[in-house]
Amino acid sequence: MIRRVYMDHAAGMPVDPRVMEAMTPYFTQKYGNPSSLHSWGNEARKTLEDERAKIVALVGAKKPEEVFFTSGGTESNNLAIKGVAYRNKDKGNHIVTTAIEHMSVINSCKSLMKEGFNVTNVPVDKYGVVDIQSLENAITDKTILVSVIYANGEIGTIQPIKQIGEIVHRKGALLHVDAVAAANQVPINVENENIDLMSISSNDMYGPRGAGALYVKTGTRIQPIIYGGGQERGLRSGTENIPAIVGMGKAAEIAKTEMKTEGEKLARLRDKLIEDLVEGIPSSFLNGHPTQRLPNNANVRFSYIEGESLILSLDMLGIACSSGSACTSKTLEPSHVLIAIGLKHEEAHGSLLFTLGKQNTEEDVDYVVKALPDIVKRLRAISPLTPKELLS
Amino acid sequence: MYSEKVMEHFRNPHNMGEIPDADGVGTVGNPVCGDLMTIYIKVKDNRLEDIKFKTFGCGAAIATSSIITELAKGKTLEEAMKITRGDVADNLGGLPPIKMHCSNLAADGLHAAIQDYLKKREAAQKK
Repeated sequence: MIRRVYMDHAAGMPVDPRVMEAMTPYFTQKYGNPSSLHSWGNEARKTLEDERAKIVALVGAKKPEEVFFTSGGTESNNLAIKGVAYRNKDKGNHIVTTAIEHMSVINSCKSLMKEGFNVTNVPVDKYGVVDIQSLENAITDKTILVSVIYANGEIGTIQPIKQIGEIVHRKGALLHVDAVAAANQVPINVENENIDLMSISSNDMYGPRGAGALYVKTGTRIQPIIYGGGQERGLRSGTENIPAIVGMGKAAEIAKTEMKTEGEKLARLRDKLIEDLVEGIPSSFLNGHPTQRLPNNANVRFSYIEGESLILSLDMLGIACSSGSACTSKTLEPSHVLIAIGLKHEEAHGSLLFTLGKQNTEEDVDYVVKALPDIVKRLRAISPLTPKELLS
Repeated sequence: MYSEKVMEHFRNPHNMGEIPDADGVGTVGNPVCGDLMTIYIKVKDNRLEDIKFKTFGCGAAIATSSIITELAKGKTLEEAMKITRGDVADNLGGLPPIKMHCSNLAADGLHAAIQDYLKKREAAQKK
């Protein structure tokens, strides 16, 4: 049997067995609805609040009323952006965001543009760090919201959120942070880092899919985008997904206690992977920031070849990762994040994204480092772009 | 996502390489879009005596390049000009719909190589 090495945790994570164990009774035994008045309902309501407290602890919120459960990161981003825009349009119609946001932020902003809102995309430097001066200049007296990704899941670059928050607040706008990729990996404190709204997701911290949360600082003006029975204090209607919320709570609890040791381990593996690949394979380069990056993120590009071919070749050897190539996307466009850091289209096509996880070992890294040079060599031999001197 | 036939050609592409003294060369696609293909042909007595390819691109791009060399080798120029994108996809057991347009360049590459040959021959005859 071939070895199987999963390094695509940005795409999907396994559920931690401790999370699974915590969730299980809530499917078949503890199935009450928190809105019910009987004992089943009371129990569910208590569970909901216990789990909320774990999210509060993870993000450093002041009160439980500041955390709202959603169906995941995409919904949290939609709610933050559209909910703030609609509620504050009496103050202005301008939103500032960056060139490296998740599609759920980009497309929420695009939908608002059709409704008369203006959106400014702030550029990033070659490492993927937001240009602070451009961000400051972009904020006008019409700006109601600034939305910045805490750390982009594709290139891993961590943004100076605290500093951005100071600027945003000085200029009188609100700061939303998409922390979906970061919340599990780096300690975030919404109070210290001047964050007004923050999106997180369950599956990005070894919880189940179908749960997420939005932190909303007390006093922030926001309105719902989903209407119904008034759950989550009216901001997010729909019967609470208690099993998934229990899973997310447990995942958040584990993340909080294990983040430091886990992060150190992942960063060691990440650095080894990056170093060995970039040193071992000619014409290969790191994408993103050399130090200010998520502990689990290694994004490396290989000149003259295309990412889907790399992924197919790695898959034959049991290795799973992602690419920024157009050929692996539904839109046939290369990753907007790689283009934003200044890569040419053909460079973006040759990028591979490895996102490490808890179960990855040094042997896994060695396996990838051993497998990739031959694959790159073979594909370069097939490619008409490869310079002759690289073929010998 | 891909058929077994596509994977087979991706794993072991046939006729990969260059023909240094090719009679015709056709390059189609664009690295900006993620696919670039060069087809080299050698013509003898109006037949494709040899054909090779070099491709930058996804699995489909490499597999279609490989199969077109199989389909075209030994054919007359007229027969080869009649090979379509559809023939290429059919002989690979189909391609994912999204790949039909962008990566199915091989027939175009072959036709471009033949046209290059015809043009060169015409120029030579005029001299």
